[in-house]
Amino acid sequence: MSAILSISGLTKTYASGLQALKQVDLEIRKGEIFALLGPNGAGKTTLISIVCGIVTASSGTVVADGHDIVRDYRDARMKIGLVPQELTTDTFETVWATVTLSRGLFGRAPNPALVEQVLRDLSLWDKRHDKIMTLSGGMKRRVMIAKALSHEPTILFLDEPTAGVDVELRRDMWALVRRLRDKGVTVILTTHYIDEAEEMADRIGVIRKGELILVEDKATLMRKLGRKQLTLQLQEPMQEVPAGLSEWKLSLKDGGHVLEYSFDAHEEKSGIPELLRRMGELGIGFKDLNTEQSSLEDIFVSLVSTRAESAS
Amino acid sequence: MRFNRHGVWAIYHFELARFRRTLWQSLMTPVITTSLYFIVFGAAIGSRMSEVNGVPYGAFIVPGLIMLSLFTESIFNASFGIHFPKFTGTIYELLSAPVSPAEIVLAYVGAAATKSVMIGSVILLTANFFVPVQILHPFWMLAFLVLTAVTFSLFGFIIGIWAKGFEQLQVIPMLIVTPLTFLGGAFYSIDMLPPAWRSFSLFNPIVYLISGFRWSFYGESDVGIGISLLATLGFFGLCLLVVGWIFKTGYRLKN
Repeated sequence: MSAILSISGLTKTYASGLQALKQVDLEIRKGEIFALLGPNGAGKTTLISIVCGIVTASSGTVVADGHDIVRDYRDARMKIGLVPQELTTDTFETVWATVTLSRGLFGRAPNPALVEQVLRDLSLWDKRHDKIMTLSGGMKRRVMIAKALSHEPTILFLDEPTAGVDVELRRDMWALVRRLRDKGVTVILTTHYIDEAEEMADRIGVIRKGELILVEDKATLMRKLGRKQLTLQLQEPMQEVPAGLSEWKLSLKDGGHVLEYSFDAHEEKSGIPELLRRMGELGIGFKDLNTEQSSLEDIFVSLVSTRAESAS
Repeated sequence: MRFNRHGVWAIYHFELARFRRTLWQSLMTPVITTSLYFIVFGAAIGSRMSEVNGVPYGAFIVPGLIMLSLFTESIFNASFGIHFPKFTGTIYELLSAPVSPAEIVLAYVGAAATKSVMIGSVILLTANFFVPVQILHPFWMLAFLVLTAVTFSLFGFIIGIWAKGFEQLQVIPMLIVTPLTFLGGAFYSIDMLPPAWRSFSLFNPIVYLISGFRWSFYGESDVGIGISLLATLGFFGLCLLVVGWIFKTGYRLKN
């Protein structure tokens, strides 16, 4: 698939001396949902701000849909929509006025029908004459999304779109992102909620201390790093793992009451049937068992922490 | 050379909408203030004052009064217009939009200047009820009115970007512009001053603006009309240079 956004050698050092981005290279594919994960202060917002023109890069280039964001900023910016993290709105204006302003700002001719459609899609139509200051936090978030969509961007940045929103709105937001993807919009979102990335993203990038430490298809990532775990609640506690079970990687937990077996999720043979058979032969009984696959969150935590160790 | 006319129009319209919402206050304030000035200086004190250069005192102060409002309104409207989004954070959108610095300035300064010209016109109409106003050079009157509104809106735009808080928005208008206006012959001709003060006054740029504007009304001026025009254009050019520098360096706008 072709790249709709190409970032190469992007570096940002703030006046304070803080190096927010270090030689970041990233290609976003047309029509994908890309999730950028990373702890606070990792450089996610700086990256987005540079692409959108709010922050000036120290070096490096960004090409959005074929247009260099500096040389050809008009064409580049017309393609890009941004929903920033902070809830910053024109509090004294009406929903309609602020969304109409956004469309014009991005160089589009007035189109009330389209603005109406955007507002209806976001359940804001009934609130169009309300001043933004009278809206709830979740509604304000929707207004910011409406502003970003008002000029029909092909690339949409959502900087922590679901931070501090309730479950229902979060579900709505996910549905909206999928609808946009179906229309061919490329969505790049940053999030703290790993389950959000797991639920939504086609690809995942992990950024840490200004460096992009990983970019991978979500499925590949889960397969590559995902581990499965079998947990057996034993009938009788054991002192140590019997020699007859040494060919499996087993460990005892909870004072010998629990036997844990970890294995790669993508291995063809898990070895579970053999293990259970051998246990039967050895007369080791269990009360209960369950298996679980490590989530993206586990992957993320282990990734960030191992890199942190190797870095220090 | 491309021009984002939809963008410029959107900002201009948005800014004027704020003005329209507060239309009543925005227009009533200058009407009431002007009326008070005429009651005090026109009717009460003015009748005891002699004519200035053949113009009754009440009529003499009309151009100065309009200028005083034009300065303060232009600075206030333009500085508030750009400072408010900076303060609330909504400026992110302006910075990420495909609008050039020149277009941003055109829209914000254009909207602020439009408001000031409207307010100036309202003051002129109000004054007409109290004193006999005559305009000898309507074209030049309008030219000075618009040029001054645009120049001081540019100046206000700079203040709005420079200011770190709402208090700072007030500092320059209160501490510099208002005193210079009062000392710049808004209410008197600098010919009425002792020679030393008169020479000193010539260092006050406001003198040239008010003098030129008054000339367009009554054909009388403290300094040559050409010098007045040059001074106004000079200040306009200076403000343009500063705005250009702001956008070139991203001063207090961008990281």
